[in-house]
Amino acid sequence: MKISFTINGTQQTVEVVDGNTPLLWVVRDVLDLKGTKFGCGKAACGACTLHVDGEAVRSCSYAVKFAEGKTITTIEGLGTKENPHPVQQAWIDEVVPQCGYCQPGFMMATAALLDKNPNPTDEDIDNNIINVCRCGTYYRMRKAIHKAAELHALQEDSEIQNS
Amino acid sequence: MKSKRSLIFIFLLAVGLLLANSIEPDTSNYKVLTNDLPNEMTSEQAFHKMMDVLTHERCVNCHPKDNIPKQGDDSHPHYFGMQRGDGNLGYEATKCTTCHQTENNPYSGVPGAPEWSLAPSQMFWEGLSRFQIAASMMDPERNGGRTPEETLHHLTEHALVLWAWTPGVDAEGNPRELPPVPLDEYRAAVEKWFEEGHIIPTE
Repeated sequence: MKISFTINGTQQTVEVVDGNTPLLWVVRDVLDLKGTKFGCGKAACGACTLHVDGEAVRSCSYAVKFAEGKTITTIEGLGTKENPHPVQQAWIDEVVPQCGYCQPGFMMATAALLDKNPNPTDEDIDNNIINVCRCGTYYRMRKAIHKAAELHALQEDSEIQNS
Repeated sequence: MKSKRSLIFIFLLAVGLLLANSIEPDTSNYKVLTNDLPNEMTSEQAFHKMMDVLTHERCVNCHPKDNIPKQGDDSHPHYFGMQRGDGNLGYEATKCTTCHQTENNPYSGVPGAPEWSLAPSQMFWEGLSRFQIAASMMDPERNGGRTPEETLHHLTEHALVLWAWTPGVDAEGNPRELPPVPLDEYRAAVEKWFEEGHIIPTE
């Protein structure tokens, strides 16, 4: 079956034998976007988190057939090196990662949170950011999430002044 | 003369016994039928068959009393601290649909069905007896304002309820336990109980 979607701003059509193939496999192995990670394969750790129509989704548990007509964003599409997303910039500023493997999933979950809740409290963070980091970088991530919220607000103010 | 009468009496008695034996029905193939057929169920039997399903963890796991979804055949709290959240659908960036789609996922073992969510808090069943659950689901104050017809529809037609009979495999790839009554028998029991006036038996 053929499935068409937009990913990181580019229209793509893929042909798959099994529509239940997890989107993660298509993103990594067919489209060669390796930023989204395989962790547990059980939708438990969150390393595979990406956005589908702006919503955080665990792509290891998302059948590719459901992506038909949707807009997908992976960590590669969140920002660029020259123009990073506030979440990416905050992650750099707070030197969050240790091994780094799980961090794209955390950043995508955080970006989805800030999109809906620009100024999250610690409780909001606890409720929403429930991915797993085996290096235990949670403390730095919490700081980075608050920092990202500040950067996000500054960015929005700047855009308003420039408009 | 007396002995002649005795002989006639004995003769008649013997003829009577022979005739009696000859009209006796052969009951060797008779059997007692079970009373499980839907049309033969009493309202109380239908109630208990229905409640055997509704008290199963496939149902009760999503009717918690403490805002925490339950998982598995042992009804443990949902991993990773997932809670009811906004509108019974989780939180802004981590919703039920972050992991649960409209179908079971055979690769991850994550269950899915249309409208995957928790039942509203007033519809909690966890910890209630089957009689209390029935009273709750027929009470418009606690069943979302449903009429009996709407409750019947929810119980027999709602895709999320019917998911219980196609629950897929768990994270280890093992089939999830089914409710203790087949779907057709469950539906017949629910319909029978409603037809009979949805009377809750006394405990």
